[in-house]
Amino acid sequence: MDIKILGTGCAKCKTLEQLTRDVVAKNNIDATITKVDDIVEIMKYNIMTTPALVIDGKVITKGRIPSAEEIKELLTK
Amino acid sequence: MVWKKLLKIVTGIILWYALYHYLQLFTDFIIDSIPGLQKGMHFTEALRFFIFEVPKVLMLLILIVFFVGIIRSFFTPEKTRKVLEGKSLFAGNIMAGLLGIVTPFCSCSAIPLFLGFVQAGVPLGVTFSFLISAPMINEVAVILLFGLFGWKVALIYVLTGLVIAIFSGFVIGKLKLEKYVESWVYLHKGEEGEESEGQITFDQRLSLGFTAVKEIVGKVWIYIVIGIAVGAAAHGYVPESFMTNLMGKSVWYSVPLSVLIGVPLYSNAAGIIPIVSVFIEKGVPLGTALAFMMSVIGLSLPEMIILKKVLKLPLILAFTGIVATGIMIVGFLFNVIF
Repeated sequence: MDIKILGTGCAKCKTLEQLTRDVVAKNNIDATITKVDDIVEIMKYNIMTTPALVIDGKVITKGRIPSAEEIKELLTK
Repeated sequence: MVWKKLLKIVTGIILWYALYHYLQLFTDFIIDSIPGLQKGMHFTEALRFFIFEVPKVLMLLILIVFFVGIIRSFFTPEKTRKVLEGKSLFAGNIMAGLLGIVTPFCSCSAIPLFLGFVQAGVPLGVTFSFLISAPMINEVAVILLFGLFGWKVALIYVLTGLVIAIFSGFVIGKLKLEKYVESWVYLHKGEEGEESEGQITFDQRLSLGFTAVKEIVGKVWIYIVIGIAVGAAAHGYVPESFMTNLMGKSVWYSVPLSVLIGVPLYSNAAGIIPIVSVFIEKGVPLGTALAFMMSVIGLSLPEMIILKKVLKLPLILAFTGIVATGIMIVGFLFNVIF
């Protein structure tokens, strides 16, 4: 699974990245996590609010930090 | 699930109302029953002010932020963009200013939002009206103004903020400054971003209200407590006319000076408004105070540095200059009227 965290480096983006890493580690999910800081790269996903969570190229959440349970559900389904 | 939540909300509101209604009574009871605190003494009155104002403002904040959180769940940047696409200048500016108040906005999303708007064909001036009103007119500022100054000042702030946002955006649009947007911005045409999160239920909207309370109140309460503590201390101890000579009505440069100090200063509404309430009490006229608040909340150095990624310097300077001028006009106007 390919997970991307989109965000230009605000506090919320860092929180989401950490949270996702924790969930992945805790549940032994096979995934690569990349943080995307570049705004040009971020805009390719057509989002207007950060942070966004992208799984296998699809924007799953944007503009908010989902809870750990929600992330777990999104990643294991 | 929904019913349980609704029940919780209704009970909460009843409790809230009872507590709010008797807050002054509670405060007086606590203060007057502490031995050694004499009524009318500086310290007693400062403490009374603090013990009354902190819960009052926090309670107002919790209530309003909750409802604003629910209202905001009906507005998304995507919908707002759709409304603003290809709008003519003046009408577009008015819409953008109004939508800036209700659309969820976080300054860290300013860049993707700016790009999303401009690339979808929202005119530059209209985009700016949105970018000015969104951070300046926010629920925290309005509640604090309401709690500490009353509804008239809160309303004046919202209306003048709106006028500044509309006219500044209009002027930026008229000046045709598009060439000062970084050229790569227009190379990428934004496609219609689809609503990827789909419909949300009423239950989820309620949850969003709770989340907003947790996030916003959790972040700003400490500023409010500190701000009101400073206010309480000054309330009792700083002489009444302390600021009159420095920043009073007769000092013509008080408005430009307060904007000049306010622009580079960066603070959220929660930190600055309790302090400003002290200024007003100590002889700073309303217009000057208003100008100071608006320039601190609406214009900030960090925001300009972020915008530097997509805007060239002349446009940033024009933006700052136009908004600062608007704020000054409002400041002068209110000093003359009141």
